[in-house]
Amino acid sequence: MHSPLDAAAIGRHDPFMPHDHHDHDDPHALLPPEPALRVKALETILTQKGLIDPLALDAIIDTYETKIGPRNGARVVVRAWQDDAFRRALLEDATPVVADMGFFGRQGEHMVAVENTPQVHNMVVCTLCSCYPWPLLGLPPGWYKSDAYRARAVREPRAVLAEFGVHLPADQAVRVWDSTAEIRYLVIPQRPAGTQGLDTAALMDLVTRDSMIGTGLARTP
Amino acid sequence: MSRLHDMGGRHGDGPVRPDSDAPQFEHPWQARALALTLAAGGLGQWNLDVSRHARERLSPKDYARFSYFEKWIAALANLLVERGVLTRKELSEGRADGPSALAGKTLRADQVAAVLAKGAPSDRPATTAPQFQPGDRVRSRRISGNRLFDGGHTRLPGYAAGAVGQVVRVHGAHVFPDASAHGLGDAPEPLYAVAFPASALWTHPEHPADEVITDLWQSYLEPA
Repeated sequence: MHSPLDAAAIGRHDPFMPHDHHDHDDPHALLPPEPALRVKALETILTQKGLIDPLALDAIIDTYETKIGPRNGARVVVRAWQDDAFRRALLEDATPVVADMGFFGRQGEHMVAVENTPQVHNMVVCTLCSCYPWPLLGLPPGWYKSDAYRARAVREPRAVLAEFGVHLPADQAVRVWDSTAEIRYLVIPQRPAGTQGLDTAALMDLVTRDSMIGTGLARTP
Repeated sequence: MSRLHDMGGRHGDGPVRPDSDAPQFEHPWQARALALTLAAGGLGQWNLDVSRHARERLSPKDYARFSYFEKWIAALANLLVERGVLTRKELSEGRADGPSALAGKTLRADQVAAVLAKGAPSDRPATTAPQFQPGDRVRSRRISGNRLFDGGHTRLPGYAAGAVGQVVRVHGAHVFPDASAHGLGDAPEPLYAVAFPASALWTHPEHPADEVITDLWQSYLEPA
């Protein structure tokens, strides 16, 4: 099945991609080689041109270092554990449900929650880049962006899980979600046994970042 | 046809090294690179698909030797010159030749929270009827390249090309990256989550019940 665009686009050229660059012709090669100096040079030029407000950069960094992180996702998971109507609404259409809790915005525009059960363990990767649900989990950890995780999570998820110390029973299937579009996935880990008496704060401490990516399980108290 | 970023299924990368206690940014320049890329995107000279493609089309040598945020910075520098925001001379001299006509679009500190909260939804009103429903068997296209531009951006991973799977979710119509990355507008298409048995993708699947699910646009698929 061809896209309806195909016929119109035959012979078309993207003016911004006339040919691939050779690495030595790339504009980026004009910047200093050392990473910190490259970034500094670019920020300096853009600031001189009036295109960057350095205080806006500080505000962006502060947002992801101190305001948005996996505690947001943990709040959603615990509520799903505690409230079955919420859980069902979350699994049906997560985007408005988490937005009601104040979690929305960049890299979380379209959310899907997937639930682990004794039969199915879910795990999330982005093999093509590093897509990740920022409003619920913050920025991705280094290993999530690594070649090893991107390359291997789809082909040998159980071997990768073992490297995280997770060993699944043979009767539990693995579903690996490769985030190839703008849909962002949140894993709802299984609620550990023996947690009936715990309050929300205590439950949230059991919900690790990795358990919401699917490379970990919720902690047992 | 392939590029290095399309690495799903590749052998030889070694173990994953979990780093649960690592700081968000190991070096301050990495945080700066992230913020600079987001703020420069706000100038409106390109969209998300264009900027992803700019990272993917770094030369294989650069893609392999650069760390994550080095790729971001290299792609940003390339885009800024390609779109005429900066000149090669400015990059090589490390200073601006003069103010930019785009300066009115500059992201200000007091706008950051609202811009990040707003995001950039990719869903669009449907212009094509969905061809598939949950439960339908589909086959992905056998070659995963962009059909509009040779070497262009696409989101069908190589490992998932030419495989038979089942639609498990219909996400509605979304911006089509293969068009959007190359100046052809949103060209929205129905988007589906398609589950492939591991045995349909790999020579040695780990477990007969395991699956990989990828989000695929309608023109990547045909009935099976």
